[in-house]
Amino acid sequence: MNIIVCIKQVPNTTDVRIDPVTNTLIRDGVESVINPFDAYAIEEAVRLKERCGGKVTALTMGPPQAENALKEAIGLGCDEGVLVSDRKFAGSDTWATSYTLACAIEKLEAYDVILCGKQASDGDTAQVGPGISTHLDIPQVTYVKKIAEINDKTAKVERMTEEGYDVVEIPLPCLFTVVKEINTPRMPSLKGMMRAKSAKIAKWTAADLDADPAALGLDGSPTRVVKIFTPEARKGGEMISGTCDEVAKELVELLKGEVV
Amino acid sequence: MASIKVHLEKCTGCTLCVKACAFGAIHMSERKAVIDMAKCTLCGACVAACKFSAIELEKSGGPKKDLSAYKDVWVFCEQKKGVIQSISYELLGEGRKLADKLGVKLCAVLLGHGLEDAAHKLGERGADKVYLADHPALKAYQDDPYTTVLVNLVEEYKPEVLLCGATTIGRSLISRVAIKTEAGLTADCTGLDVDLKERLLLQTRPAFGGNIMATIIAPNHRPQMATVRHKVMQEAAVQPGRAAEIISKAYPEETFASRTKLLDVIEELTNTVNISEADIIVAGGRGMGGKENFSLLEELAKTLGGAVGASRSAVDADWIPYSHQVGQTGKTVVPKLYFACGISGQIQHLIGMQSSKIIVAINRDPDAPIFKVATYGIVGDATEIVPALTREFKRALNK
Amino acid sequence: MDYLLTEQQAMIRDLARKIAQEKIKPVAAQYDESEEFAWPIMKILGESDLFGIYLPEAYGGLGGGIFDMCLVTEELSRACGGIALGFAGSALGALPIALHGSDEQKKKYLPDIAAGRRLAAFCLTEAEAGSDAASIKTTARKEGDKYILNGVKQWITNAGEAEIYTVIALTDKTKGIRGASAFIVEKGTKGMEFGKKEKKMGIRASATREVIFTDCEVPAANLISREGMGFIVALKTLDTSRPGVAAQAVGIAQGALDCALDYSRTRVQFGQPISSFQAVQHMLADMGTQIEAARALTYSVAKLVDSGAKSVSKESAMAKLFASDVAMKVAVDAVQIMGGYGYMRDYPVEKYMRDAKITQIYEGTNQIQRNVIAANMIKETLKK
Repeated sequence: MNIIVCIKQVPNTTDVRIDPVTNTLIRDGVESVINPFDAYAIEEAVRLKERCGGKVTALTMGPPQAENALKEAIGLGCDEGVLVSDRKFAGSDTWATSYTLACAIEKLEAYDVILCGKQASDGDTAQVGPGISTHLDIPQVTYVKKIAEINDKTAKVERMTEEGYDVVEIPLPCLFTVVKEINTPRMPSLKGMMRAKSAKIAKWTAADLDADPAALGLDGSPTRVVKIFTPEARKGGEMISGTCDEVAKELVELLKGEVV
Repeated sequence: MASIKVHLEKCTGCTLCVKACAFGAIHMSERKAVIDMAKCTLCGACVAACKFSAIELEKSGGPKKDLSAYKDVWVFCEQKKGVIQSISYELLGEGRKLADKLGVKLCAVLLGHGLEDAAHKLGERGADKVYLADHPALKAYQDDPYTTVLVNLVEEYKPEVLLCGATTIGRSLISRVAIKTEAGLTADCTGLDVDLKERLLLQTRPAFGGNIMATIIAPNHRPQMATVRHKVMQEAAVQPGRAAEIISKAYPEETFASRTKLLDVIEELTNTVNISEADIIVAGGRGMGGKENFSLLEELAKTLGGAVGASRSAVDADWIPYSHQVGQTGKTVVPKLYFACGISGQIQHLIGMQSSKIIVAINRDPDAPIFKVATYGIVGDATEIVPALTREFKRALNK
Repeated sequence: MDYLLTEQQAMIRDLARKIAQEKIKPVAAQYDESEEFAWPIMKILGESDLFGIYLPEAYGGLGGGIFDMCLVTEELSRACGGIALGFAGSALGALPIALHGSDEQKKKYLPDIAAGRRLAAFCLTEAEAGSDAASIKTTARKEGDKYILNGVKQWITNAGEAEIYTVIALTDKTKGIRGASAFIVEKGTKGMEFGKKEKKMGIRASATREVIFTDCEVPAANLISREGMGFIVALKTLDTSRPGVAAQAVGIAQGALDCALDYSRTRVQFGQPISSFQAVQHMLADMGTQIEAARALTYSVAKLVDSGAKSVSKESAMAKLFASDVAMKVAVDAVQIMGGYGYMRDYPVEKYMRDAKITQIYEGTNQIQRNVIAANMIKETLKK
């Protein structure tokens, strides 16, 4: 089974601090990590390989340093890494990003399953996974919490919904976006990390892809940022003090209107 | 290829762009902005931040398209088991305002089976027209038929704006439709407005981790698509007797073909309290001290008709299931009232709840960051204060 | 301090730190309370290849040395000294095989240990043979192609959980310590039983039990080295592993200091964080300096062991002695800085204090270490 897992490098939010004066992000010293949601996709890809045999290719689009994310993915059990990187991709919104990744996937050998995290922690859009499947014209199931059955023709999976879950049957090749419930990602292994250190990451530019140049990067992106502003910082409000009963009484008085 | 450049004669060295750049790509050299192209992602944040129009983003897009054929504001109305979901009414409420500003009709799109009555209700919620596709294959959500039908509708009637809920269904569907119709799509908008001159939808959403807001447009593509989270917009009021024109659409059978097959729909009792829909959330963190103390939160939540939430550390400690987790790797919630009990307020948690209308924080540590966002703060032990609150609320509510 | 680790050493340390902080720290208090053995953590350590770092590549290891083992032990102990002992105790049980075993024995046992599929344990101590290890009473009588073991080993780390035990027993009671031999005994061997789990002051996530041999039949092929080599095997094993105890002590001390430092920056008294008070600052400074000195000595000795130096008894005793005394002192001071909170079990620092104490006691009490150090020093002057 050929499995592709699409990942993204994002700023590590555990490092993110807010500048109390300007109320903007302090980015100094913020390291880049694999998008937390993609970690579940990587783990599920490796588990699928362990279950069905085959190969896992990790794919990312990003700046040259995104190579580190691919090496980390190899340390976690992926077999190969492909970095799609070019100035021409700069300014890509989700439309252009999913188009570029779809073009890269078409350049790879035949695939059976594509896995993505449900969304990226920096953009939070959840659009790229469905975007890729649409560009490739393959079926998808989003928010997958369990791959209950899978063979080389079809899979039976559980899609998380607001009320519970749906059981969906899907023919391969297909794309899944996965949620946290699907697994507990393993820790990297030393042997995997050593393999990752010497692993050769394929690096593709726009010229390597069979892509329409007008559909790449900013030019290929329908959306554009016109304004950036810092939201009015929430001000710390009123502190209530007193004994347990006193504060409870005062708070209930203040909130009465809200809880009817 | 697109590019960005600084017009040095206009640059005053004010450094606003440096602060606006989320990628650390701009620095000052001899009081002029210099962009490091190795880091720049052409996101446009600096262009938007510059007050002197000194930075220009050049897009070598094709010729400007004629977009005049596109009109009307559409709302995709989500239904489950024939019941229209409340998010749809919220979108109709917002859609009405946009349609009025643009001077166009507000249209609802409803896909499902046996929805004649439901379709009429949408008129009472402000829709002028309802595009209804009724077919057994549309009874429950499936990616393929829903995408095909919605794409067909969009291509036939050409709306200029299409709104959709940022729900499991909405996010999956609209992403596909946007690709197929080559439309711009902005996720999780918290504010929507229009630029009347260019007839642009101004879509405002949190960006770069939630501490900066960005306004996004799709100047050369139609429809302009946006998703909106639950509880962000005001629900449209019911206007009894108000009727919409129902346009029932029939399509050839192959339109409804689906590669996936929905085998079963399971509803889980543990998920019935959906924290993203709750108006009141009582959330606990590590400061609750243990699993057993979460019953105190449940008691308060029950009294107020709310739901129990939790911080990541409480979930990691197995005090409560993951479905209750609020924050970056959990759910984003916007309730009217949020109680943070024994939650210190790490940035990952704040991202998920700081848009709540009223935040009450109870924490032993007076320096806990949660107090910086709290409307009301109480320094103390949550395990003592929460039961006192429950008692007082019960008394006030005559329970 | 930067110890100029190689890229691979830094990788090992970072991975151990990641596991310790993300997987062990959140559950340390829970395991301390329940006294359960942390199998889920052992599984993670195994899957991450950490059990094999100090074993040769030919037997499924990563070909590193005691220094690498120390880096891991330190990081794990920084989160929990008890859970770390599951790792370090297995190393102690594996070393006799790695150092003195035959190729067949290594092939048979080391790959499983390296992969973390099976844990190992080392059985020397008995009720009447603690510091006086030469007084062991357990016997191994040869009968045909078997040895029959009889006796009771006490306070055996990993006992009951481990599957591979290296046991020191007397093959010839008349020869005293020259009559001791080392054996490999697998869990499940008839005549091998475990006593009840000991209740301990600290390192409570570690399993400590008696191992009881009653006419326990062990194949002659499981004799490590030759008959009579048992004490040489044991002493060499302990000399080699002792920097590991030092590393455990350094880790515990660092963990305690981390807590105290964090607390002192956020605890406000008299209107300011207590870290602004010189009384607290000086304590913190001493703690930090002592830990760094202990770490430097531990690392140096571990490197000396890895260099293949002939005798490391004195140096490894020094590292264990110094680091464990530092751990005890630092942990006590950390509790003191945190005052009443430090004494409460809601905060992790009292656990570091309980965990630290054992490092002054086991694998040779610090009094015995001093004897060894002094004896070696005097011997060295006689040689001159």
